[in-house]
Amino acid sequence: MQPIIQIRGLEKTYASGFQALKGVDLDIRRGEIFALLGPNGAGKTTLISIVCGIVRATAGSVTVDGHDIMRDWRAARSLIGLVPQELTTESFESVWATVSFSRGLFGKPPDPAVIERILKDLSLWDKKDTKVMALSGGMKRRVLIAKALSHEPRVLFLDEPTAGVDVELRRGMWEMIGRLRDSGVTIILTTHYIEEAEEMADSIGVISGGRIILVEEKAALMEKLGKRLLTLQLLNPLDAIPPEFAGYPLTLSADGRELVYSFDTQGERTGIAGLLRKLGDHGINYTNLRTEESSLEEIFVSLVKERA
Amino acid sequence: MNLHAIKAIYIFELARTWRTLFQSIAGPVISTSLYFIVFGAAIGGRFASVEGVSYGAFLVPGLVMMSVLTESVSNASFGIYMPRYSGTIYELLSAPVSAFETVIGYVGAAATKSVILGTLILLTARLFVDFSIAHPFWMVAFLVMTSVTFSLLGFILGIWADGWEKLQIVPMLIVTPLAFLGGSFYSISMLPPFWQKVTLFNPVVYLVSGFRWSFYGAADVPVALSLVMVALMMAICLAVVWWIFRTGYKLKN
Ligand SMILES: Nc1ncnc2c1ncn2[C@@H]1O[C@H](COP(=O)(O)OP(=O)(O)O)[C@@H](O)[C@H]1O
Ligand SMILES: [Mg+2]
Repeated sequence: MQPIIQIRGLEKTYASGFQALKGVDLDIRRGEIFALLGPNGAGKTTLISIVCGIVRATAGSVTVDGHDIMRDWRAARSLIGLVPQELTTESFESVWATVSFSRGLFGKPPDPAVIERILKDLSLWDKKDTKVMALSGGMKRRVLIAKALSHEPRVLFLDEPTAGVDVELRRGMWEMIGRLRDSGVTIILTTHYIEEAEEMADSIGVISGGRIILVEEKAALMEKLGKRLLTLQLLNPLDAIPPEFAGYPLTLSADGRELVYSFDTQGERTGIAGLLRKLGDHGINYTNLRTEESSLEEIFVSLVKERA
Repeated sequence: MNLHAIKAIYIFELARTWRTLFQSIAGPVISTSLYFIVFGAAIGGRFASVEGVSYGAFLVPGLVMMSVLTESVSNASFGIYMPRYSGTIYELLSAPVSAFETVIGYVGAAATKSVILGTLILLTARLFVDFSIAHPFWMVAFLVMTSVTFSLLGFILGIWADGWEKLQIVPMLIVTPLAFLGGSFYSISMLPPFWQKVTLFNPVVYLVSGFRWSFYGAADVPVALSLVMVALMMAICLAVVWWIFRTGYKLKN
C-alpha cells in the first residue's frame, strides 16, 4: 500500500542561512505510530512544520495520501491535524468555542456530537465552558489535541506531546494516542525521550543534524539500542575468560579486573541470574556489580559512527 | 472555497467584539457624543451654518467617518496581530484556508463592526442634532467601502507590526491626524488657498467629502472623484495583501 506520507529530498535553509534539513527522505505507513526521535535542534519541528504548511521547504517534495502539499495543498492539509510543541492557545475563548473554531477552519460543518465525543475522550467535557486561560498546562495541551482532532484528521502530528507533562499524565497521553491509532489515525510524534518512542511507536526514525539516520520497526531498533551492560568487579583478576563461558556475551577488561556482560532488555530473560550462579560455581567472585544502559547520546554517537 | 473557514473566522472575530463590547462600541459612541455636545450644541450655535447646513449637522458625516476610520484600522490590525503574537497563527497557516478566505473572514468581521459602529453613531447623533440623508444608497456605499478599505489597511498593519508599539503608533501618528485634518470639522473652502491644495493629498478628505455629499448634496470635491479615490485605496490595499500572502511576508519562514 502507498505510504500515507512520502517525503523526498526535503531541504530547509532558514533566512539566517542555517540549514536545518539536509535532504530528508521518509515514508510513513498508514495507520502506524511513527516516532521521530532526535536531540534538540535536530530538525524535528522544522520537518513537521513543512509537512503542515507552516514553513516553506527550500527543496524537495512531500505528499500526504498522494496529495502534493504545494500543488494540492487544500486536500493535503484537510487530512492533517497538528499539535504544536509550544502551548499556544487562545486565552479568552471557551474550550468549546476554540475547538469548534478549529473544526470550521478545516472546512468541516459544525457537528456538536463530534466535539462532545472528542472533549469527553480527552476528559475536557466538564471544562467545556471554561476559558482556556483558566486551565492548567496539562489541560491546555489536551485542548490543543482536541483542536487538532476537531476535523477528524487521518494524520495527527504531535510535536513533543509529553514535554513538561508529569509522569502520570504522560501515561494517560500515551493511552489516548494508542486509542487514536486503533481508530485508524496515523500518528507521527516527535520526542527526545527514547522511552517514549519505545513505549508507543510502531516505527522509529532517528533524526540528527537535519538528516534521518535510520528508520526501523521498533522491535528491530530496540534490539540494537536496548542493550544494557552488567559490569562485575572481580575479586581476583582473570587472564582470560574461562572456556566454560564461551557461549556468553562477555568481555574482559584489559587489566582483567572487570567482566562485562551485555544483555537485551527486550528479551524474555536477561540471563543474569544464571550467569551469576555459574560464576559462583566456578569460584569467580566479585566485589561489586553495576548495570548501565546506553544513553541516547551514546546511541546517537554510535549510530552516526556506524553510518560513516 | 472553504466557506466553513470564512464563517469560523468571521464569527470568532465578532465574538471578540462582543466580549469587549464596551471598549469597542460604547467607547467610540460615547466619545463621539461628546463631540456633538461640545461642538454641535455648546459652541456650534456661535458658528454660522456651513454650506447651508447647521454646524451640528455638518459635523455628523465627518465624525462618523473619523470613528469608522480609526476603529477599522485598530480593530482589524488587532485581529490578525493577536494570533501572530500569541503563536496561535500556526493553526491558520496549517489549515486548508486560502489567503482570500482569510482576508474575507478577518476584514469582513472588522468592516462589519465598523458599519455597526457607524450606524450607532448616526443614531446617537440624531438625539443631538437634526439631519437628513439625501442619498441613502450612496451613504451606505461610502460607509461600507470606507470600512472595508481601512480594515484592509489595519490587516496590513497587523501583519507588518512586530510589536505592540508599532501597532499603536501608526494609528496614532498617521490615521488619527489624517482623520482630524480630513475636513471633519470644516469645509475645505474655509482654508487659505495654499492649505486647500495641500489638504488634497490627504485621502481622508475625499472620503469625508463624498460621505457628506450623500447627506446634504454638497461636497468639497466632485463625488465621482471621491468614489475613484476610495476604489483606488481599496485596490492598493488588496494588492499589498495579495503580495503578503504570495510571499509569506512575516507569516512563514
Ligand atoms: N526560524 C528559524 N530561523 C533560523 N533557524 C531556525 C529557525 N527555526 C529553527 N531553527 C534552527 O533549526 C534547527 C532545527 O530546529 P527544530 O526543527 O526546531 O529542531 P527540533 O524540533 O528537533 O528541536 C535548530 O538549530 C534551530 O536553531
Ligand atoms: Mg522541536
